[in-house]
Order: sequence, then structure tokens, then C-alpha cells
Amino acid sequence: MWSWVAHRITGVTLFFFLFVHVIDISMVRVSPEVFDEVVATYKNPVVGLMEVGLVAAFLFHALNGVRLILVDFWSEGPRYQKQMTYGVLVLFVALMVPFLIRHLSHVFGG
Amino acid sequence: MSLQSAPRLATPRSRTRRASNFELNTWLFMRGSGLLLLVLVFGHLFVNLMVGEGINALDFAFVAGKWASPFWQVWDLAMLWLAELHGMNGLRTIINDYATKPHTRLFLKTLLYFSAFVVLVLGTLVIFTFDPCADAASTLEVCRTN
Repeated sequence: MWSWVAHRITGVTLFFFLFVHVIDISMVRVSPEVFDEVVATYKNPVVGLMEVGLVAAFLFHALNGVRLILVDFWSEGPRYQKQMTYGVLVLFVALMVPFLIRHLSHVFGG
Repeated sequence: MSLQSAPRLATPRSRTRRASNFELNTWLFMRGSGLLLLVLVFGHLFVNLMVGEGINALDFAFVAGKWASPFWQVWDLAMLWLAELHGMNGLRTIINDYATKPHTRLFLKTLLYFSAFVVLVLGTLVIFTFDPCADAASTLEVCRTN
């Protein structure tokens, strides 16, 4: 139930980010100066923290999506859905920790 | 937790009209595109945020370097189309679930399909028409003629 709610919320978040992301990347066709100015906002510490949330949304949505596929297509999937939820959370933390260390040191370390 | 079996239903004797497989196809598409996106977006985030200087290395020259290679052009094009269609279908499902008035549904879906169209056309054009040397004074390595 909570996985289902989180899957929807992260999905909508990623959809709206994609909309913004395609528009900001399209500035590459305006001029190098405008593009570099737009990309500079991504290096702002506040936006840097929002990127952590964005990557967290992606990782959860991707890992939980694999779990959904296993529940749908693997004959033993429904039986182990709960264990797989714990697996999703463990993998989520295992991938988030190295990303947090690296990304935050880039954003705040200069 | 015990599994209960569903009550038996009589086999339908006839189909009055041919059922559409649209919802089955979108259901399958969500799973197929999801797996591909897992690889594409993971690679995208790893190369852009984890390797080297991470986010601090991102600028016009970085994009020019990546899109000089057909590999990254195809990668980004596939990611754009799969992600936008995957997200569009996800939002279509959410609108179907929560918007109950016909007018609200029509309005939200029109907005959804219009935004998806804009994102797909704009993104595709940017990938295919990008020219790192459009600026004649460019000092990028790829733009040096001799």
C-alpha cells in the first residue's frame, strides 16, 4: 500500500522534472552563455539538495518497478512481495549512500 | 496469510464486439520501457553526476562533447521518448483514477497530451539540430578546423 503511494508520488515528480529538464537542456540551442547560466542553477546548494530528492525518487521508482515486474511475471513473486519490499529498501540505501557522499561533496566542496 | 480462491464464473459464451487490447498493451509497455529506463537513466546519472567532477563538470562543452558521439545521441533520444511516453501513460492512469467529472478528465488529458507532444518534439529537435560550433568564435576542440 505505501509502496503503491510512493510509486505514484515519485512517478509524478519524475514526470514534472522531465518537462523542466527538456526545456532547460533546449537552451543549448540558444547560446553557450545562456546554457551555462541555466546549468549554473543546478550547482546552487539548494538545488543540489533537490537533486538528492530527485535521485532518491528515481531510485525508489526504478527498484520498486522491478519488484512490481517480479510480482507480475515471476510465479513466486506474489508470495515474496513483502521480502522484496525490504530488498527494495536495502538496495535503495546501498545506492543512495555512495551517491550522497559524492554528490554533496561536489555541491558543497566546490 | 492464506490465499482464497475466487468464486467460479461461467465461461463467457460470446463476445458481442471485439475487445481492444489497448490497456494490455500499455500495461506491457510500462514494464518493458521501465526496464530499459532503469538502465538508461542509471547510466545517465552515473556519467553526469558520479564520474569525474560530477555536477561541477556540466556545461556547454560537456554537452557538446557528449553529443559529438552518435552513441550518446541515440542513448538520450531513447531515454527521452521512453521516459516521456512512460510518464504520459502513468499520468493518464492517475487522471483516470482521480478525475471523475468528464470535463475535468478531458481538460487534464488534453493538457497532458499537449505537454507530451511539446516535450517530444522539442527534445528530438534539440538532439538532432544541435551544432556545437554555431558560435563562430567558439574555442571548443571539436570546432577547430586545423
